[in-house]
Amino acid sequence: MAKVRIPTPLRAFTEGAANIDVAGATVGEALVNLVDQHPELRDHLFNDDELRSFVNVFIGDEDIRFLQGLDTEIAADESLRIIPSIAGGRR
Amino acid sequence: MTELHQRLADLSNDEVKRYSRHVIMPEVGMEGQRRLKASSVLLIGTGGLGSPLALYLAAAGIGRIGLVDYDVVDFTNLQRQVIHGVSTVGVSKLDSAATRMLDLNPDIAVVKYNEPLTSENALRIFSDDWDIVIDGTDNFPTRYLVNDACVKLGIPNVYGSIFRFEGQLSVFYGEQGPCYRCMFPEPPPPGLVPSCAEGGVLGILPGTIGTMQATEAIKLLLGIGDPMIGRMMLYDALEMSFHTIKIHKDPNCPVCGIAKDDIELIDYEQFCGMPAHDHSEYSSVEDAADIDIKTVTVHDVKSALENGDDVIVIDVRDPHEWDISAIDGTLRIPKPDIQLAKNGIQAGRRLLEETVLNDIPKDKTLYLHCRSGKRSADSIAFLSEIGYDLDKMYNVEGGILAWADEIDPEMPKY
Repeated sequence: MAKVRIPTPLRAFTEGAANIDVAGATVGEALVNLVDQHPELRDHLFNDDELRSFVNVFIGDEDIRFLQGLDTEIAADESLRIIPSIAGGRR
Repeated sequence: MTELHQRLADLSNDEVKRYSRHVIMPEVGMEGQRRLKASSVLLIGTGGLGSPLALYLAAAGIGRIGLVDYDVVDFTNLQRQVIHGVSTVGVSKLDSAATRMLDLNPDIAVVKYNEPLTSENALRIFSDDWDIVIDGTDNFPTRYLVNDACVKLGIPNVYGSIFRFEGQLSVFYGEQGPCYRCMFPEPPPPGLVPSCAEGGVLGILPGTIGTMQATEAIKLLLGIGDPMIGRMMLYDALEMSFHTIKIHKDPNCPVCGIAKDDIELIDYEQFCGMPAHDHSEYSSVEDAADIDIKTVTVHDVKSALENGDDVIVIDVRDPHEWDISAIDGTLRIPKPDIQLAKNGIQAGRRLLEETVLNDIPKDKTLYLHCRSGKRSADSIAFLSEIGYDLDKMYNVEGGILAWADEIDPEMPKY
């Protein structure tokens, strides 16, 4: 099983879980499995079947947009990361 | 990596002594220290990230440091904004910070810009001979603005951002690598990522990320090491983990992918759907924008609760805030739950049916409160969109802070 690391802003929709085991041979399958487990995440990640443009998904240190996108294959021990936009710092 | 500039300033004997731990390192040396003295760095924000940045860059001998901020020091800042102190609560952050910086190092110059950064003033401020801009702001519109102005003027932007226990660090330099928009082409929708004021932040976190931003600035100025251009460092304080990812330059980037002369600063509040600062007149159409919301005072709330009026008082703050303070007799439904219901997403529909919200008749008189009045106004807007009667919902002016001020002086404020 691959793991997905959930960034803090999205943990409100995973009952606080930071790392979630997902099934699937590709990034797309893994993310669908993720939103099946946590339906509240779906609208934050997907617009119909497309990843939302502000959602950045990485395998290791590489952006899936520069691999094969949702078709990128993942090995069982690999980790997916969803990188959030965060903006805090001054106040 | 080559140096950003070739200027060298002379050092007095006192300065050589002050910087002796630097000059004995071959990577800095006399030449590097003279280069730092001839350097100029502009800090956007003198708060969480800006505090360690200003302190360490002043101590390191950056000859000219600019500060952009418009706030005054607030007591709640002191949990993390360590450049300020009890003695400067109520004082402008610029004056508070400048005094401390010049006390630490009188050989530097501090330039103060007492204004919020906007599309109208950014190019004027950034063109004031700055080698590096450091982004220590607190909102998406200003981050996109800082990025676009830096790319247009060819200035490296040392980026740091924090939320709760997480931090990000990168150097966005359009001349040599990707910019902020290559990584984040669009902002997240309003409401998904709360601000630190709403979501909280570990007070030490801006210290961790801000000192790393200062390190990157020094490396860029000296031309040493591997700067974070084309990379982003992700820090998680709870795991104490650091993870570095690659950021690619997007050849079709609407900002760093076009000629600099063609880059235009836009209305970033409109672009992000949220205000950039609390002096802004912008209000998001997503929440309580154009609708007329009725209000009640905390005294009205008190008498309604005491008289047993046919009113439900709803506290829309987050559950951990209820532990800090709460008004007895209120019904507690966090704003995100109401927003989810409004959005009608799968989970929202489930939530609406399963939570107490579902038991509230649509024509009931409701008083809504939060900490200060913003989230409760948004919640009223959301509820009106799912059928609750706008004429029967009232926003409690000033929220629980007003209750603490006017009804219960023993109540803690936060």
